[in-house]
Amino acid sequence: MPGEIGDTLLEVTGLGKRFGGFVALDGIDLTIARGERLGLIGPNGSGKSTLVNCLCGTLHNELGTIVFDGKPLNGLIAHQRTRLGLARSFQLPKPFHSMDLVDNIRIPLLYTVNARPGHHLTAAAITERCMELLRDVGLADKARRRPRDLTQVEMRSLELARAVATQPTLLFADEAMAGLSHSEVEEILAVLMRLNEQGITIVLIEHIMSAVMSFSTRLVVLVAGHKIADGLPQEAIRNPEVERAYLGE
Amino acid sequence: MRAGTFWLIVIAVGFAFIVVSRLYLTNEYFYFAGYVVLEYIVLSTAWNILGGYTGYTNFGTGAFFATGAYSSAVLHKLPALLHTTFDWTIPPIPLPVMILVGGLISGAMGLGTGYLTLRLRGVFFAIATLALSIVVQTLIVNWDFVGGSRGIYVIRPAHAPLGSSYIQYLFTLMTVLAVAAVGIARSIEGSRLGLGLATIRDDELAAEASGVPTLRLKLIATTISGGLMGMAGAPLPYYVTYLDPTSSFNLSYAVNSVAMPVIGGMTSWIGPVLGAILLGTIQQVATVTISSALNLLIVGVLLILFVIIAPNGIVGLVRSWRRRKEV
Amino acid sequence: MLVSLDLLVNAIVAGILLGGFYAAVSVGVTISFGMLDIANIAQPAFILLGCYAAYLTNLYFGLDPILTGILMTPAFFVLGMAVYRLYYYAFERRGDQAIQGLAFFFGLLFVGEVSLVLIFGVDYRFVEASYIGPSIHLGWVDLPLRMLLPCVFSLLMVGLLQLYLTRSFIGRAILAVSQDGLALQLMAASPTKIKQIAVGISIATCAVAGSFLIIIQPVEPSIGRDYIGRIFAICVLGGMTSFPGMLIAAMLLGVVESITATFYGPSWAPAVSFGFLLVALAVRPAGLMGR
Repeated sequence: MPGEIGDTLLEVTGLGKRFGGFVALDGIDLTIARGERLGLIGPNGSGKSTLVNCLCGTLHNELGTIVFDGKPLNGLIAHQRTRLGLARSFQLPKPFHSMDLVDNIRIPLLYTVNARPGHHLTAAAITERCMELLRDVGLADKARRRPRDLTQVEMRSLELARAVATQPTLLFADEAMAGLSHSEVEEILAVLMRLNEQGITIVLIEHIMSAVMSFSTRLVVLVAGHKIADGLPQEAIRNPEVERAYLGE
Repeated sequence: MRAGTFWLIVIAVGFAFIVVSRLYLTNEYFYFAGYVVLEYIVLSTAWNILGGYTGYTNFGTGAFFATGAYSSAVLHKLPALLHTTFDWTIPPIPLPVMILVGGLISGAMGLGTGYLTLRLRGVFFAIATLALSIVVQTLIVNWDFVGGSRGIYVIRPAHAPLGSSYIQYLFTLMTVLAVAAVGIARSIEGSRLGLGLATIRDDELAAEASGVPTLRLKLIATTISGGLMGMAGAPLPYYVTYLDPTSSFNLSYAVNSVAMPVIGGMTSWIGPVLGAILLGTIQQVATVTISSALNLLIVGVLLILFVIIAPNGIVGLVRSWRRRKEV
Repeated sequence: MLVSLDLLVNAIVAGILLGGFYAAVSVGVTISFGMLDIANIAQPAFILLGCYAAYLTNLYFGLDPILTGILMTPAFFVLGMAVYRLYYYAFERRGDQAIQGLAFFFGLLFVGEVSLVLIFGVDYRFVEASYIGPSIHLGWVDLPLRMLLPCVFSLLMVGLLQLYLTRSFIGRAILAVSQDGLALQLMAASPTKIKQIAVGISIATCAVAGSFLIIIQPVEPSIGRDYIGRIFAICVLGGMTSFPGMLIAAMLLGVVESITATFYGPSWAPAVSFGFLLVALAVRPAGLMGR
């Protein structure tokens, strides 16, 4: 049911990732329930983006298992995971520069939505859906422009729109708000809230504490590749280890 | 313009070209030179499917091209071999069949190379294609059946189909191949495959995250590209009548198939065709007056200049000029 | 049986000596590509330049090739910096697709080879020195001096570079850039200046490597192409950034090539390096002693 929290959607057990001698993630256990709004915070370099990359298949984790919606993900490549319903926006926006915004949104519709068994959108329906998604993030008037004509904020919105276009069950919003003004942050939060009400489970990876605290139903804190807190936002924040990580000794 | 309409137009142009040249051009030299330019249209269009559309550079055009040529050489000698070994008699294998076989083998080679290297970054694929050229050349140099380093003589059949001289027949076949290559390239451009290839070129990680099966698409592009190059090489033994590794692996194929799309423009089918016609014609004219080495030097220098100053090629220059006029 | 053992041991020894030389040939690419991600496929062209420089000074002034190699390093260093400048201005600054950078280096490789053909022709060129010809004999093992000396000097050069990279300020800056250019920028050091020096060093090694090459064998312009596969195979198999790894990979390649050439004929040697490259690419990313 939209807005309500249900059964387990994502189950991560003992996830580990190294880069040569450097341990980026160490024994991460994480459970995400359907419908949740999970906040993921941690200092720079704590492994947040690495975790997202491992979950989405962009990076390969050496240790641990990931089960999504009852299906084990180990061995599946990124595009296969996207087709199963995992979506993410990139921390640094990665638009397709050689095509206009409509085509940027068209890609996930063609290659994810239409690749799933069942209904197939016609070409006209796809274009209509592209415009709809662009309208949702306020980019409809720039639909025929190229990404280079967008501001930083607009590129972030495009990034989100493209992730949403894949009709995900679980969406990772990776630092979608960095460098935005207060009102812009509110706008993005509103978009994400709306998506959650439509039934999409959201993981918000952010540094902007006010946004994370107001948005999340649960908070996970990562420090130096370890999960040091996992619970209700107000409680997780008061965890002494978290205080130490953010404020120092 | 829909893909179907484009095919009709390009087939009509090709047909008209063949008919007009048959009726009005009797100078054999035109057919010799024209064959080379058409060959380059196929090679640069093929290269661009992987290079310009997908963003993966292939420096080993020679490997695919020569594979096509040498597979024809093998098929040419096959009837004699079967006769002496098994006492079987089969007719000489027609050239169109050789072209298809050459395409299949080269396409398979593209698939194989791609499968081994395309999971890694584009740089490694490029380096692997450079090395591939050397390896295929080494294999052929050591293979006596096709003459090894001494080369092989291929005698043109006495009668050409379509009642013309044999060189006119080769010219016609190459025109057909050029039409096919351009038609395929344009079809890819406007298709879902083309859009997917473009995302791989623009940002492969984002493409994967959007659900694009990047490895599969890259393999498709490599196979089509390699296959077309092999088809372009298949008639070569009959064109040169003396086939040897040094000339068939000639660097000019490798550098021209990169330079022509770069100079013409890599984002659409027009660029490689433009580059091939321009550079190909100039080189055919220049070879008479200046040495082939100097000729190649100029091509290489042009490549470097264009890649630095006008990376989108002539097509790109025209586009930005038109955009500036609008402002 | 005894005869083939003798042949085998000599093939292995020759391979090790060759491997030492291959290390000198690859160290430049380990720096520019392995550490800085600049795919300089034109490296063989610069090596050939070094060969012909040694040839000319040997022909007209009777200079020892190794001496020429060492004397030419400043000139090659400047050339390397200029090449990087151009590369940075044209490509890195624009953040363009990799394809244009690759096409640029390919163009350089090609123009280099054809220019050499135009100037020197396709005949083989060689140098003359007192150590080309004689060998040291240890029992039934032959150590041709023309292979031994380049090997020894190659190892010396690689060792000196290793020291430089790990001990000197600029050397350590190069290592830092190879790991995180952004971090260096935040420390107010300029990565472009550091990269310029690094590429300069990388090309400077070609002056020396080229002089070794023409001592080991006669050269003509097209042999550069054989070296592309070797250089990148060694760099990748060696783990991209590790000098010790590169050394081991170079020795391995040298030995396998030497054995292949001895028992199957020298015309198969280029295929060996390609096989190595494929193995290297399949075994990646760890390489032998990777990062």
